[in-house]
Amino acid sequence: MTEQTKQILSRRSFIQGAAAAGGGLMIGFHMPLANAATIGPNPQSLTTAVGTEINAWLVIDRDNTVTIRIPHTEMGQGGITSVALLIAEELNVEWSKIKTEFADANRHLRNNKEYKVMSTHGSQLVRLQHPHLMQAGASARERLKQAAATAWGVDRSKVEAKLGVLTSGSHTGTYGEFVDAAATVKLDKEPAINTDPTKWWLLGKGTMRLDIPNKVNGSAKYAMDTKVPGMVYAAVKASPVPWGTLKSFDDSAIKKRPGYVGTVQLKAVPGKRGQPDMQDAIAVVFDSWYRAKTALDLVKVEWDFGESGKTSSAQYYVEGRKLLDQTGQLTGKGDPRAAEIIAAASKVVTAQYERPFETHARMEPINATVHVQADRVDVWSPTQDQSAAITIVAEQLGRDAKDIYAHTMFLGGGFGGNGGGGTGVTKQAAEISKQLGKPVKVIWSREEDLAQDKQRPLALAKLTASLGEDGLPTALFTRGAWFTQDGINNFGSATADYGISNMSYNFPVRHHERHNAKTHIPGSTHRAPGANQMGFMAESFIDEIAIAGGWNPLDWRLKMTEGQDDYQLVLQTLKDKAGFRTDLPKGQGMGIGVVESHGTIAAACATVNVSRRGRLTIEKLLVVLDAGHVINPHAAAEQCEGSVCWELSHAWMGGLEMENGRFINTNFDSYNLLRIDQMPEVETIFASSGGTKWGGLGEPAGPPAPPAVANAIWYATGKRIRSTPFRQHDLSWT
Amino acid sequence: MEFSLTINGSVQKVDVDPETPLLWVLRENVGLTGTKYGCGIARCGACTIHVDGQAAKACQYPASAAVGKKITTIEGLSKDSSHPVQVAWMEVGVPQCGYCQSGQIMAASALLAKRKKPTEAEIEAAMADNLCRCGTYLKIKEAINRAAKIEQS
Repeated sequence: MTEQTKQILSRRSFIQGAAAAGGGLMIGFHMPLANAATIGPNPQSLTTAVGTEINAWLVIDRDNTVTIRIPHTEMGQGGITSVALLIAEELNVEWSKIKTEFADANRHLRNNKEYKVMSTHGSQLVRLQHPHLMQAGASARERLKQAAATAWGVDRSKVEAKLGVLTSGSHTGTYGEFVDAAATVKLDKEPAINTDPTKWWLLGKGTMRLDIPNKVNGSAKYAMDTKVPGMVYAAVKASPVPWGTLKSFDDSAIKKRPGYVGTVQLKAVPGKRGQPDMQDAIAVVFDSWYRAKTALDLVKVEWDFGESGKTSSAQYYVEGRKLLDQTGQLTGKGDPRAAEIIAAASKVVTAQYERPFETHARMEPINATVHVQADRVDVWSPTQDQSAAITIVAEQLGRDAKDIYAHTMFLGGGFGGNGGGGTGVTKQAAEISKQLGKPVKVIWSREEDLAQDKQRPLALAKLTASLGEDGLPTALFTRGAWFTQDGINNFGSATADYGISNMSYNFPVRHHERHNAKTHIPGSTHRAPGANQMGFMAESFIDEIAIAGGWNPLDWRLKMTEGQDDYQLVLQTLKDKAGFRTDLPKGQGMGIGVVESHGTIAAACATVNVSRRGRLTIEKLLVVLDAGHVINPHAAAEQCEGSVCWELSHAWMGGLEMENGRFINTNFDSYNLLRIDQMPEVETIFASSGGTKWGGLGEPAGPPAPPAVANAIWYATGKRIRSTPFRQHDLSWT
Repeated sequence: MEFSLTINGSVQKVDVDPETPLLWVLRENVGLTGTKYGCGIARCGACTIHVDGQAAKACQYPASAAVGKKITTIEGLSKDSSHPVQVAWMEVGVPQCGYCQSGQIMAASALLAKRKKPTEAEIEAAMADNLCRCGTYLKIKEAINRAAKIEQS
């Protein structure tokens, strides 16, 4: 552990770090931003960079302004700032000289995926994209040095590049002076990038995000804000029971209403049930969205729901519980000894956990604008992958992708849901625009958004462990089940028992099985997929077996991760900082949860208070993470706070309920989520092991929060919570 | 139906159905897109504006009911992001995705206009209608306290 970097940063120090990076005190208007790089409020222009392009990511102007092209989506995770920091670290330019713009997705596809990856998901931007982003900066720097070396008749190794200035002996010049020559330089060999945090001059300091100024005055433009001359507005209604078929409709009541443009019947394509595919739906088009929405409510539609119309969440739980008693498919190798050891053991603990459907409910409702013209198609879609927005539209229209332009907008929340590309909305807008010959903005009402989004699957698990003389487990046997559309096996790396089968504890014998039960409800990734649902089940069960074995739950976790240095670092830091206690007076409790996802270990300690009548207050979450490296502690801590809020929203307040094949709580009155008066204090500590480890930080802090809270509730009340949302449980005590 | 609305200090003529919520008039007719649609039932606060200085949910406010009243949107809170709440929001770095933040800022500025130094309970009560899925709540509280200090100095 002595060799490992340990960064402990209070929220206070982030703010001070940000101020220092901004070159001023935190007093007075604009001080922290005066020295910051800039981004414009209107990202929809495909390119605004002025100067010479040195590579696809970088344009340098003669006045030394550097434009960095951002191939990723900014959904509040700090994507713009992270890309700019990684490139600027290697290029070595003043942060204040940097401007940013979104990269052109059409160019990316035209030039054989020139930006490598445009999708923004899986907490991948820093952890997986940093090598090629840093390389773009390093390569440009070396070519600038070579251009100066050639002009000055010296060797490149004798040229220094620092803060936008090239120097060698008495020679000096700016990047701007040499950029034209540098653009023609070909290097024999690409330079190595610097991943040693002790040698970083810009990364790791705590930088204020570049998108913030445009988000305090209403100027930041989202797909929802798109306006194109001649644009009309569509409100749509798909079958309330997903994948139901449209039998007939009657729109005679709306045709004479002012502003009516048309009615378009959208049709599912048989056999196409993927993320961006359309379902049967009716679109009503008017000259304003409010007119369209109110008219849509007057259209009479007859649907055929089939067998799906008879299903419910309650029925799925019954079905799921039966599956947990049946042999499933193996996760990993399996070990037949597990069942034998458990059958012969004198002490066995078994528990069943259940979680409902949940939905993304991004604050920006699902929408898309498409303008189909003879020579080109323009797309404004709230997507986590703008290059995919192009291919989706190309497929719907049967057009060549090279004629399609995606305008990257700020995204009003991503959370793994990829609203524009993960639902049929972009194809809907393309189809309506094509049929009407006008630019069309499709907006899903909040009710349509919650009912028709791709949902986090309903899931269950049964976990059984045998305990030895020392109270530690001798074997673990688990079965998971989830309900996915057509029985889909996985969303990314998440499966029906992800978060359970990949627990890092040193169980002597373990065996994991899972079931993929079928539903008509489309599913998708959901911030920290799998880990967010099953992490709760796994880590609550760990407390059950630790306590049954007479162990302190934190000591149990330390004991069961012996030999895993990064787990030991995280858990020891938690032990040092959290003041975890199991002897608080009744009504008060502390609890632990540890879940690894996206290459990052995250441990949480919750402190809760439960009144005698059962009113829960979550006072604090202390979160300790090992992501290997942290390039922007300020944004990283925000992501951790946000992830905690996200998971507690669902575990405590959420729960999407299905009856008769459709969701019944589809707005924020009935699908109510965490509010400011429920938000606990969050303290984030980075216990970074460094080295070659690069983990993500956009998601991992969330999954350990719900089990930490449930485990704390057990200490406070003696009540073990084995399903969510917590709000449905009677927590009263005497 | 044509009528006049006073928006951010200037009189604007609009021609809309009188029951149309202000939200859509602001966004589609006047072109002020800083005010956001979130739920349409006044349960998320993304559309919060000021009507005669009071916080109001534009998604449930019929345009015709605002005739003769002073409407302020995020774009009119200041000309140059210099309102103490906006300054505090930048200094603390509140927004993440930012979609709800116009509404958060309008709710916070209405609170501070009434209460110079609100307690934590008053902040929570005033802001509980404003949903944020990114989870910026702690930063919002910090920024409101900072804005209160900026206003006092």
